[in-house]
Amino acid sequence: MSSKKIRILVAKPGLDGHDRGARVVARALRDAGFEVIYTGLHQTPEQVAETALQEDVDVVGLSILSGAHMTLVPRIKKMLLENGMSDVLLVVGGIIPEDDAEELIEGGSADRVFTPGDPLDKITGYISSRFE
Amino acid sequence: MDKDKLNRIAEKKALWQEQAGSASERGEPFKTVSNRPVGALYTPVDTAGLDYEEDLGFPGSYPYTRGVQTNMYRGRIWTMRQFSGFGDAFDSNSRYRYLLEQGQTGLSVAFDMPTIMGYDSDSERSIGEVGRCGVAIDSLEDMEALFSGIPLDRVTTSMTINGPAAILWCMYLANAEKQGVSLDRVGGTIQNDILKEYIAQKSWIFPPEPSMRLITDIFSFAADHVPRWNTISISGYHIREAGSTAAQELAFTLADGFAYVEAGIKAGLDVDRFAPRLSFFFNAHIDFFEEVCKYRAARRIWARRMKECYGARDERSLKLRFHTQTAGCSLTAREPENNIIRTALEALSAVMGGTQSLHTNSMDEVLALPTEKAVKIALRTQQVIAYESGVANTIDPLAGSYFVEALTDRLEAEAEEYFRKIEDLGGVLAAIDQGFFQQEIADAAYDYQQSVDRGELTVVGVNRYNTEEKTQIELLKIDPQVEEKQVKRLRELKEKRDSEAVRRSLENLKKCAAGSDNLIPVILEAVKVYATEGEIVSSLKEVFGEYREKPLF
Repeated sequence: MSSKKIRILVAKPGLDGHDRGARVVARALRDAGFEVIYTGLHQTPEQVAETALQEDVDVVGLSILSGAHMTLVPRIKKMLLENGMSDVLLVVGGIIPEDDAEELIEGGSADRVFTPGDPLDKITGYISSRFE
Repeated sequence: MDKDKLNRIAEKKALWQEQAGSASERGEPFKTVSNRPVGALYTPVDTAGLDYEEDLGFPGSYPYTRGVQTNMYRGRIWTMRQFSGFGDAFDSNSRYRYLLEQGQTGLSVAFDMPTIMGYDSDSERSIGEVGRCGVAIDSLEDMEALFSGIPLDRVTTSMTINGPAAILWCMYLANAEKQGVSLDRVGGTIQNDILKEYIAQKSWIFPPEPSMRLITDIFSFAADHVPRWNTISISGYHIREAGSTAAQELAFTLADGFAYVEAGIKAGLDVDRFAPRLSFFFNAHIDFFEEVCKYRAARRIWARRMKECYGARDERSLKLRFHTQTAGCSLTAREPENNIIRTALEALSAVMGGTQSLHTNSMDEVLALPTEKAVKIALRTQQVIAYESGVANTIDPLAGSYFVEALTDRLEAEAEEYFRKIEDLGGVLAAIDQGFFQQEIADAAYDYQQSVDRGELTVVGVNRYNTEEKTQIELLKIDPQVEEKQVKRLRELKEKRDSEAVRRSLENLKKCAAGSDNLIPVILEAVKVYATEGEIVSSLKEVFGEYREKPLF
């Protein structure tokens, strides 16, 4: 990892309140040496993009378990681009069927999608590898 | 058993332990899924303090450790109640009819996130979420479609709704009346448990004080008009899903239960007037014995407290009746068919623990809402347990096992320890305000994940015996047109209803909210003139405000 700490925004867009995954991952990222900002629940896409800009983050991690990922992820990606944050790494976690994950990645909305059962070091390892 | 005999057994156990020796044990920690150590062998020494009559008793008798009904499943098998809802009211209505045809005995409605959070389908906040993880209900018109052709005097319905529970309940009651079913014949459950929303599930709307008022208003209205309704389902399920241990689930849920009893009493209600309609909802996680003991301990603690602390005299107030759902968080996206086996074991623990109703998860719920085929397997799992396995023939068949009784006692003791801590913090609401539950659960969730990642806890197909092969299973797709159709229907409704009547009813509602009269009659009046859920919630927010949480991790 470079000398400057990588800054990660862990965000819960949408209306679902399942924050177990977001909080566990946020803690694992912090323990792995990243700088972590957690938005809390029920964020609109605008709020997520705004916080990402304010906090000047390198990575945005979205946690979505409500099935709204196909709407929310592209909207947030678009707003990040509008904010000039085209090089931000966008990672998604949640109840995401494989077909949807492929579509999000191929469509350029997300860089990577994680699902239940993925170990924490797979997530921290992936992010580290992107900044080597 | 006399002292000499117990001493002899203790000596012999020590001798046995020497012979067994730890060297021959597998090199992994022996602990429950809650990270609690488990002994190799239990003997009468571990249950020496157990008094059969005082601590166990008979089914249907105090302290109800062995079950709340005298006959348990010999009288009637538990209610098989699959939680379901997706798309719009018409989509869900066909799924309900399918489930009833397959032998399901009760309905359980899953609402979509906008409905749960009090937004109409046409709200900016609802984009992409309409009908996604449950059914979209905006007004009485949707509720009518949801139960079309389903007789509400013969089927009981459970509704998983909390922040706006009063509104959805009023829609259900208004619909029953339209079907010609009088309120005293309507049966069912609303979850209505706001405390666990602040603690774990995080689908709140209003701040605690007005939320508690809505709940006690429901208690009171139901006692007078809807006597067969379970006015609250005090839920440990979400606490567990958020990552708690079994003991935390037990303790926090019961602590919430006591807080509702205290709120009811404080609102001037006699405890025996509302306590008989309180019900509970627990998780069935993968650690078989720990779960069975959790249910047994829950019944005993509840009965004793209700009698000794709250002076309940009606024996229905002492009986902890509960619904169980198998643990969604125990399921894996890898090799999803394995989830059928996990669910079967979890369902078995709920049955051995004496549940009154049960939802078995479908194997694909870790990926999407379940397909019809997956739901059918889940329902069949319950039917095999009920009618083939023989476990329903004998009541509380694990009682008297040294291990089971010792573990039941230990869980009870852990819960009592938590009750003391919560009391020291100033009660449940104060503890929520200080983030106590949230932090305890977050710590346990992180411990669990680390145990799995280190391989101390095994998840088959994930951290042991994992193959790279991909399993393709068919998944339910929500029609992307649902949102559009629902928004269109809502706009049409707003055109054709009596808007003056709606406006008046919302004014009345705000006036009532600012005062202290029971809110249920005015909410009922508003839903009957087709005021939408979003309009009613917005009006109440004007008076009550909204809840905000400090984000911790």
